[in-house]
Amino acid sequence: MAQVVTSHRGPVTGTANRAKKRRPFLIDLYSTAVGKKYVMALTGIGMMGFVLFHMIGNLKMYAGAADLDHYAHFLQTLLYPLAPKGWVLWILRGGLITMFVLHLHAAWSLTRLNREARPVKYQSSRDYQIANFASRTMRWSGLIVLAFIVWHLLDLTFGVVNSEVGNMVQYEGDTEKIKAVYVSVIASFDRIPVALFYVVANILLGIHLFHGAWSIFQSLGWNNPRFNKWRRAFATGFAAVIVVGNVSFPVAVMAGVIS
Amino acid sequence: MSNTIKNITLKIWRQSGPAAKGYFETHNIPEITDEASFLEMLDILNDRLVTEGKEAVVFDHDCREGICGTCSLMIDGQAHGPQRGTATCQLHMRKFKDGDSITIEPWRASAFPLIKDLMVDRSAFDRIIESGGYITAETGGAPDANLIPIAKPIADAAMDSAECIGCGACVAACPNGAANLFTAAKVAHLNRLPQGQAERYSRVEAMVETMDEHFGSCTNHGECEAACPKEISIDVIALMHKDYRKAKFANRKDLARS
Repeated sequence: MAQVVTSHRGPVTGTANRAKKRRPFLIDLYSTAVGKKYVMALTGIGMMGFVLFHMIGNLKMYAGAADLDHYAHFLQTLLYPLAPKGWVLWILRGGLITMFVLHLHAAWSLTRLNREARPVKYQSSRDYQIANFASRTMRWSGLIVLAFIVWHLLDLTFGVVNSEVGNMVQYEGDTEKIKAVYVSVIASFDRIPVALFYVVANILLGIHLFHGAWSIFQSLGWNNPRFNKWRRAFATGFAAVIVVGNVSFPVAVMAGVIS
Repeated sequence: MSNTIKNITLKIWRQSGPAAKGYFETHNIPEITDEASFLEMLDILNDRLVTEGKEAVVFDHDCREGICGTCSLMIDGQAHGPQRGTATCQLHMRKFKDGDSITIEPWRASAFPLIKDLMVDRSAFDRIIESGGYITAETGGAPDANLIPIAKPIADAAMDSAECIGCGACVAACPNGAANLFTAAKVAHLNRLPQGQAERYSRVEAMVETMDEHFGSCTNHGECEAACPKEISIDVIALMHKDYRKAKFANRKDLARS
């Protein structure tokens, strides 16, 4: 008969019979680690979609100032005149913020759970066999990308650290002035430290995606011998496309390809 | 033809009880035959310690043929040591070289409280099994053999997960102290077979939620699969996540749950 050891997470020995908690379905699901991983994966998919379209949209930079500025104007006036200007964009942003907050909360609470699961660390060094740099550094790559996003918003969305943001420009054939986005991007990347931070953060985002995009399949239980071998290729390919696309912008500005 | 391996230095975790402070104790094995298993090497060391009037090192072991799941040990930072697909009992000294230094630690997880030295209490696994690791069988006369037809690939897949010996290497190797591989192997074993269908969804729900009370969460490192003496694939974890999703989302009447 094993001794009864009680940790603050409940008795380790005893019986498995316990009362079923009655609470709303989604909260009940989210209260389990597996449920949190579903949230992690689903919000991850949503944000991957954003990152991909953000990168594709920014490729307009190579088509010139007018193309990029008109694309930005298109986003700000999505579905106008059906919806008032800016509304659809803010609804999309709301969804993005929600996914971001959920992803962070799930990561934070799972990390806490994992720390509790091994309060006494191994006293000798571990010899990891499969865990790679990406999977071992998800928390760090995630946190640095978070710091970058804060900077990125202050820089190119709110213009707190970029005096060019908010300038308007009128192109030939247009009836109104639109935001001069292109000029502010160039002004941002002309600062070498900012451009370097951008490059580093995007490489870390790629590393985060390398593990995250693969993990989605495991976490959601999308497992099928027919496509399993493509999961790694998909994650690597997706991460590579994002990194190459995003890193090309500051490099192009620094190299003088676009100015 | 056996060879002798000379001058092995062992750094062994000693801890007199659950609450005591532990430390590494260094022992030298001047020579040992390479045919000795790792546990036999510890037996020989213990014989010597007892002769010297010292306390023997406490470690778990039983069948010593890789099927009972009793032996454990974190050897040089790897659960069950550097050999893939075997438990510590099947690891032999021929895997080591003259002059090697070997560090031995117990499994470390809050769900596996340390009892003494290298022995931990793995009864948290029993809690998971109790909550769903069974099928409902009718009493009465013994049914004819092969009464229930099972497709060969299904039987094989179920056997792959039924190989789990419950040693806890997956938890020990997991950077998060998660028991997803153990639980998923047990879920996959029964959920794949026709006999397991009656409780399929209540099983996965109960087992996942019991697992949750004791262990960490899966971050898909894959260390468990590498450490598993039975080389159970993390594909079973995906299967468990899928069945748990179905158990939570599908129509309760369809799944015949209360």
